[in-house]
Amino acid sequence: MNTPAPGTDTVYIDPLRRERVRKKARSDALIGVASLVGFVAVVVLLVGRSSGWETVQKTFFNGDQFAESFPGLLEAFWLNVRIFLIAEPLILIIGLLVALARTVKSPIFLPIRVLATMYVDIFRGVPTILIIFLLGFGMPALQLTGVPSDAIFWGTAALVLSYGAYVAEVFRAGIGSVHPSQTMAARSLGLSSFQTNRFVVLPQAVRNVTPPLLNDFISLQKDTALVAVLGPIEVLRRAQIDTSANFNYTPYVGAALIFIALTIPMTRFADWIQVRSARKKRAGGVA
Amino acid sequence: MRLAGVATLAVAGLLLSACSSDTESVTEATTAAESSTEESATESAATDECAYENLTTINPGMLTIGTDTPAYPPYFSDDDPTNGEGFESAVAYAVASQLGFAATDVKWEVVPFNTSYAPGNKNFDFDINQISITPERSEVVDFSDGYYTVNQAVVAFNDSPLAGATTISELKDAKLGAQVGTTSLDFVTEVVVPTQEPYVFNDTNDAKSALQNGTIDGIVVDLPTAYYVTAAEFDDSKIVGQFQATASGEEFGLLFQKGNPLVTCVNNALTTLKDSGELQEIQDAWLAGATAPYFTE
Repeated sequence: MNTPAPGTDTVYIDPLRRERVRKKARSDALIGVASLVGFVAVVVLLVGRSSGWETVQKTFFNGDQFAESFPGLLEAFWLNVRIFLIAEPLILIIGLLVALARTVKSPIFLPIRVLATMYVDIFRGVPTILIIFLLGFGMPALQLTGVPSDAIFWGTAALVLSYGAYVAEVFRAGIGSVHPSQTMAARSLGLSSFQTNRFVVLPQAVRNVTPPLLNDFISLQKDTALVAVLGPIEVLRRAQIDTSANFNYTPYVGAALIFIALTIPMTRFADWIQVRSARKKRAGGVA
Repeated sequence: MRLAGVATLAVAGLLLSACSSDTESVTEATTAAESSTEESATESAATDECAYENLTTINPGMLTIGTDTPAYPPYFSDDDPTNGEGFESAVAYAVASQLGFAATDVKWEVVPFNTSYAPGNKNFDFDINQISITPERSEVVDFSDGYYTVNQAVVAFNDSPLAGATTISELKDAKLGAQVGTTSLDFVTEVVVPTQEPYVFNDTNDAKSALQNGTIDGIVVDLPTAYYVTAAEFDDSKIVGQFQATASGEEFGLLFQKGNPLVTCVNNALTTLKDSGELQEIQDAWLAGATAPYFTE
């Protein structure tokens, strides 16, 4: 919208119509603001005047409790960040490999295709928390030599396996969204099957699925909290400990704020990527 | 067009005034109701407020008691609080009987520990779930007098390096686990002060699994649980030792909604049970053998 379409220099718009459009926009804004203010006022009044509000305020939004627990929450959140940073690249690699394995056509690779399909079916079908429980308590119990018994290791591994399956399907959808003519054109230009994938299909596929991928990242950020069931103290567990010590839920709200502080920038980033890629596509560019 | 904006404002204003008057009348109604209950409460105080017919419970004629599930031995048996077996189940029925409730009039509710102290109305008269009485918690809920004085203990497998520990400093380098929200965890962080961050689990079962796996070296639980784990669950494990009680001591109390007048009557019942020796008998029946050497500094 910002840049005029190529080939069109200026478009004539009737000044009267332009004035009408401007007026409409201004009154729309006014109505919008008024309605929003009214809505907020109604909610605040209804909630604020409910008989239980004072208790809720004391148990969920207690300033002292917040100040007391917040530094500990931030410290514990560092574990979530570390789990996320380690898991995310591994998930992208596994996801891409599995997606490619599921799209190979040659009959000789049937076992790989079957294995990849089974992996996706199983790990996408089982709740993430169950995978964490099973790997975290099950693998160390085998007492195999060389297999670590560390809870964070297995928690992260479970997240990688679970999200790897989701991301594989996202990638596969992306690959499927690239029109077959692109492959045919690439092959007729003399590119090998590998080159076609590498230079023609995958770049377009990845660009198409960037928004859903970021969506999965955001989901992963929150699911790092699930690793707590194996024992490590991450932010949600820290909040739970503080909560049960004082019978006050404010630390949970603190933990929620920390997660939001991280996911909102990610969401805006995802929005921006989406807008940019839509614009690029309209401009007719490829890769 | 501009008219529409003004109209919206007017409508919003109307809405506001409408709901504010609504809430006012509701508040008035509640105050009226409250004052009438207060009156009746003072009336009954003149008579015997703890007589069975004067007790006000959540479900009239019934005593509703909460506990978490799974309910662990030796506090409960077979995850079934209704069978009267296990220390806390027996205490609950003894209190109920003191208050005048027949065993058949006792109703059990599943109350996860985390929801037991949630604001708002409770769905139980009291909750019995090995909840330690602390001043911070007492600001949010009411506790009965203590019905059991509890110490914390460390459990480890016999072949663990921890098994021979007799001092607290020998515990410092170990990977210790405890259940979230328990005073056991407080003992790890405040008394042991380990060099490695403790492992915290949703419940005792998960802590035991991690102990069995070797993910952690030892678990900290209350002494009766430690006794049960070592005697009935893990053959080759032992209670390494117990911690000296904190200065004030630690007691389990029954948890009530803040301001519930039933606390007084339940406290009377508990005093009777203590004086008659019945509470001690229940304790001997279910928690006997729960002893271990004390850790020294």
